[in-house]
Amino acid sequence: MSNNNIHIEILLSEKELSLNACQQFVSDDGVGGIVHFVGTVRNNTKGKKVLKLDFEAYKPMAISEMKKIAEIVIERYDIAKIAIHHRIGALGIGEIPVIIAVSAAHRVAAFEACQYAIDTLKETVPIWKKEYLEDGEVWVSATP
Amino acid sequence: MRVKILCFGITKEILGGFEKEIELEEGSTVEVLKSKLLDTYPDFSKLKSLRIAVNEAYGNEELVLTERDEVVLIPPVSGG
Repeated sequence: MSNNNIHIEILLSEKELSLNACQQFVSDDGVGGIVHFVGTVRNNTKGKKVLKLDFEAYKPMAISEMKKIAEIVIERYDIAKIAIHHRIGALGIGEIPVIIAVSAAHRVAAFEACQYAIDTLKETVPIWKKEYLEDGEVWVSATP
Repeated sequence: MRVKILCFGITKEILGGFEKEIELEEGSTVEVLKSKLLDTYPDFSKLKSLRIAVNEAYGNEELVLTERDEVVLIPPVSGG
């Protein structure tokens, strides 16, 4: 599922994400740098061993909220293009649930835009992850 | 009126399913739905937050619901 234009590429997928695909989308002869944020599944949380994660999304709204973030980023920062790819389904340790790629003429805007995008994604995009630990399962961040 | 709600994440476990119908008075708002959920399912009070999406956008507390709306429970998100 996606919702794209020449500056923005949003992807919500059950398949493995591609850093190369993100880089290719944001590449442009007019840009001087590309910043990638690549999220990876960590093997531990709060001192407990993590076995795997399971991501679920309210798909249409997850895509529209990711698109909103991308549009704000394009408007607010002096950047050329942004790709936001998010994976759903079961992921093992070291696998990649999210990639954000931002290209810009100058690096400062690219770094700032990328940071804003991942921080906002974690607050607004309706995607949930369940951690499978050795002693049970827990919906991340659901309860204090 | 009967409003159909969809549940994601931990709310699916609290309500015991992905899809539920809730009986509300005509003209009820998002705020009314939230307090009805809290009364019926006390486990909702354990959540850090609960937002309600109406027709694929976050709905504010005053938004009036109808039977035709797609109403979705959004517990604290944890993507990324």
